[in-house]
Amino acid sequence: MKPVSNTTRIALYLYGFLIIAVLYLPLVSVGFASVSKARYLTFPINRYTSEWMVQAVTSPNVHDLVLTSLKIAVSVTVLSMVIGFFGALAFARFQWKYRNLFQKLILLPIFFPQTVLGLALLIWFSALGIQPSWKTAVVAHLVWIAPITTLIIAIRAYGFDPALEEAARDMGASTLTILREVTLPLLMPGVISAGLFAFLLSWGNFPLSLFTTGVDSTLPKWLYARMVSGYTPQIPALGVLSVVGSALLMTIGFLVFRWTRRRA
Amino acid sequence: MERLEHRLGFLTGLPIIVLLLISFIMPLFVVAGFAIMPQRVFELAHLPDFSSFAVIWEQGYYKSLLRSLGLAFLTTAILFVVCWPLAYGMAKVFGRFTLVITLAVVLILFVSENIRLFGWTLSLMKGGLIEGHLRAWTGLSFESPLYDWPVIVFGMAYVYFPFMLFPLAQGISLVPDDARLAASDLGASPARILFEIEMPLAAPGIMVGSLLTFVLSAGAVAEAKLLGGRSVVVLTDDVESAFTFGQNWPLGSALSLMLIVIVAVLAMVPISRINLDAIMGRKR
Repeated sequence: MKPVSNTTRIALYLYGFLIIAVLYLPLVSVGFASVSKARYLTFPINRYTSEWMVQAVTSPNVHDLVLTSLKIAVSVTVLSMVIGFFGALAFARFQWKYRNLFQKLILLPIFFPQTVLGLALLIWFSALGIQPSWKTAVVAHLVWIAPITTLIIAIRAYGFDPALEEAARDMGASTLTILREVTLPLLMPGVISAGLFAFLLSWGNFPLSLFTTGVDSTLPKWLYARMVSGYTPQIPALGVLSVVGSALLMTIGFLVFRWTRRRA
Repeated sequence: MERLEHRLGFLTGLPIIVLLLISFIMPLFVVAGFAIMPQRVFELAHLPDFSSFAVIWEQGYYKSLLRSLGLAFLTTAILFVVCWPLAYGMAKVFGRFTLVITLAVVLILFVSENIRLFGWTLSLMKGGLIEGHLRAWTGLSFESPLYDWPVIVFGMAYVYFPFMLFPLAQGISLVPDDARLAASDLGASPARILFEIEMPLAAPGIMVGSLLTFVLSAGAVAEAKLLGGRSVVVLTDDVESAFTFGQNWPLGSALSLMLIVIVAVLAMVPISRINLDAIMGRKR
């Protein structure tokens, strides 16, 4: 006996397609808005223009925003890959005394509302006398993203055979050599996909950046400020460019991933 | 060997432990410290009092807390109903189509949530994607649902959809087909199978998904701002104004602290029960 009847089956498939359509509908609106010629947006759109896109790409203000977002995302990616690599070993590989407690500590920030975390960090930095800037935003992003990279790499670390490390140790390799020559190469696919996640999550993050970037503004934070104060055609144009950037990176990441797999 | 494992485990865990101690645990203590400071001070070097909580009570700030919790509860309930059939399909029916849905849902997470919510204002506004095309094609029209509380619930359900869907699908995949079949052979109705077999057996997934969406939407702010305009003031809004325009850190801290305590208590339940080794490390 099948678990469900054919009618239910078809209904579930249709439901699945409907949900995906609803998930992506707002992006369709943003896409159309970014190429609408009218300054006051109304649908259906009659005349199209690439003016807003060109304006967005050539504006020096936008270059600053992109640069800040990139600085933050790249720092977060590198740091969270390193922290996550070691964290994953403590999470999944080694049997140590406080491992259980450690695993739960890692989960806490993921379960935490990001806006509140951003505010708490703002108070904390002020109490320490640190002026908020893009560097403090890196710390804020790390609190949320490093646990995620740890989990992603941990999935890989659960899957590998500790006997490989033990064999290397029996043949006289030092702990550092084992890490570099055995553990790191084995976990590399996990580390790379964690890095991709880290970059994309940091690039698009807005609730953590809202309070922790100080005078530096990231692309999502600037967009939010503009959205709250009223519509201009620059908002959808920049939104589309930001999404296209992420999509390109994801495609490149995917291709690199497949290419390294084929070689291995 | 065992001592080495213990030392290595501690050493490799150290970077992220230090990171979380310095920039997660300690900030929370500072927030708690400011919550019991007199009004409008900017240092912790004062005699503690509970004036912030008195202000919260007297000036009605507790209403925005209750409002946020109410909206979060509604969001969670709606998401549970919306996600269950799809999660069921993903766990038991779809096969390869599960991968398509998983990819589609994960990829949308990489688009900044404010861009997606902004897309909804463009879709739902008067003359927006939906109303504009409807009027052009059929002549019919409807009032925009924007700037009211139901659209905020919709926005939160939209943004936190993946956080309910994936735990539910994981939970439903734990329900053995045999149990359903046995109940069905014994003459149980589909509704009875749902309530007495499937939901109890999928309880871990239901619990994780519900708490995750509840916690995240209780602390949400962008949905209320972008879709709700200024019509509904949620807790995080009040916290933000206390820190910015109000220049009253103790009040903002006390409001955050109330939310943090609720979140911590709720998050403890699934976190203390989950066996991470069993969930993630099936291969061993």
